Amino acid sequence: MINAGDTAYVLISAGLVMLMTPGLAFFYGGMVRRKNILSVLMQCFIVLCLLSLQWVLYGYSLSFAPGEGFWGGLKWFGLKGVGFEPYTDYAATIPHQAFMIFQAMFAIITPALIIGAFAERMKFSAFLAFILLWATFVYAPVCHWVWGVGGWLRKLGALDFAGGTVVHINAGIAALVSALVIGRRKNLERNVPTPHNLPFVVLGTALLWFGWFGFNAGSALAANGLAVNAFVVTNTAAAAAGLSWAIIEWLRNGKPTIFGVCSGAVAGLVAITPAAGFVSVIPAIIIGLLVSVFCFTAVSIVKPKLGYDDSLDAFGVHCVGGIWGALATGLFASKAVNPAGADGLFFGNPKQFLIQLTAVLATLIYTFWATLIIYKLVDLLIGVRVSEKEESMGLDLTQHRERAYTILE
Amino acid sequence: MKLIIAIIQPDKLEEVKEELYKAQINLITVNEVLGHGRQKGVAEIYRGAKETGNLLRKIRLEIAVNENFVEPTIKAIIKGAKTGETGDGKIFILDLKECVRIRTEERGSLAIG
Repeated sequence: MINAGDTAYVLISAGLVMLMTPGLAFFYGGMVRRKNILSVLMQCFIVLCLLSLQWVLYGYSLSFAPGEGFWGGLKWFGLKGVGFEPYTDYAATIPHQAFMIFQAMFAIITPALIIGAFAERMKFSAFLAFILLWATFVYAPVCHWVWGVGGWLRKLGALDFAGGTVVHINAGIAALVSALVIGRRKNLERNVPTPHNLPFVVLGTALLWFGWFGFNAGSALAANGLAVNAFVVTNTAAAAAGLSWAIIEWLRNGKPTIFGVCSGAVAGLVAITPAAGFVSVIPAIIIGLLVSVFCFTAVSIVKPKLGYDDSLDAFGVHCVGGIWGALATGLFASKAVNPAGADGLFFGNPKQFLIQLTAVLATLIYTFWATLIIYKLVDLLIGVRVSEKEESMGLDLTQHRERAYTILE
Repeated sequence: MKLIIAIIQPDKLEEVKEELYKAQINLITVNEVLGHGRQKGVAEIYRGAKETGNLLRKIRLEIAVNENFVEPTIKAIIKGAKTGETGDGKIFILDLKECVRIRTEERGSLAIG
């Protein structure tokens, strides 16, 4: 039975999640040097265009058509059979296409998250090839494992309410591979790149936080109490994490920064994503407070030590935060919040923690290797990195023949 | 006294600064400027309209030095900025008539260092 309220809510939520990709564009765009901001905005927007088509043509089918353990196959190619009646295994009260377009926005933002790792040095043509291959051979299968009918992690009972594993760990580990394969930016030691426009970072964070209500609360797929729970814990975790990051900076560096609060808020949103439909508000505070500790350590201490150049910390925030969120779901999940979920370790069910750990490890291992192969392939065929000269002139001018800001006039 | 003006590639600023510090030249002024010499700009395209010969971003350094620092300064700038390709920039050396340090009202070579 189609419910008008649920349908309206999911469509609005899909719109909110769509806005996250432009939000991410500004979040990342503000962090790069000004010669590269258009390239980041362009990469985010072209992903929105490219994967919108990929999704309705075959991406949705590969991810969600009922299939074998690996992926869904092409039964729903071109949305064949995906109509306006509900598909009850996914959402019983909204048209199947409403679920499809809601999921489309997740499939779009996930590859866009990886941009943070190779920003300021990737060739645009190689970028397009990489994104299309990654969406097809990494996003679709992992999405199917966790959320698709027949997916093996779904059968195993892994909990991922809105995409901690499918979206954040998945994109985050791909980001690490990206950073390792493409290499460090030129002159990094001498010329420490500073964010060229922090107000853009703040604007982007605000749009992400706003859109995340659609991402997490919308994942209830109905306008009900579960959606309210997800909404409340999402806001709570983001707030706790933003505050906690500021405090860490204050203690460690002497001053809290707006960049830190933004980084923390996003980390909090990442961490609560898998847990949003399974935990209550106190665990959400704990998840938020701690995620900043983990992510801060990853980006400010571990990264400089190991020396990989994850330019905008896609790995440090999304993978690290996502792993914490997925594991925390195994700790704090409670059937009192969601009877369709499971109890976690702290509610007497240690097995759930192991299931979560399995899902995390499976995603890390598969995505690491699959991404590596895709990268090497694209590098062999096109070359992933721009020339040194192009890098020093900036991607805006050399990849797109535009520039964002003028000096005169 | 000389005033040395150098036009260099923006991404060479850090290296030039480092070379200048090594030569104990610490007092510099930096500007972002637009210009092009022999090196042509990259054509920019806006909604199909091509803008050719655009001015390129460059960095302009100003350094006032006493005579014995002229050659070290030139050497340091070259060491930091030279790649051998067109667009590396230029160095201009001008006679400097007078120099006043505002804080102490010192003049001449005393004021420069």
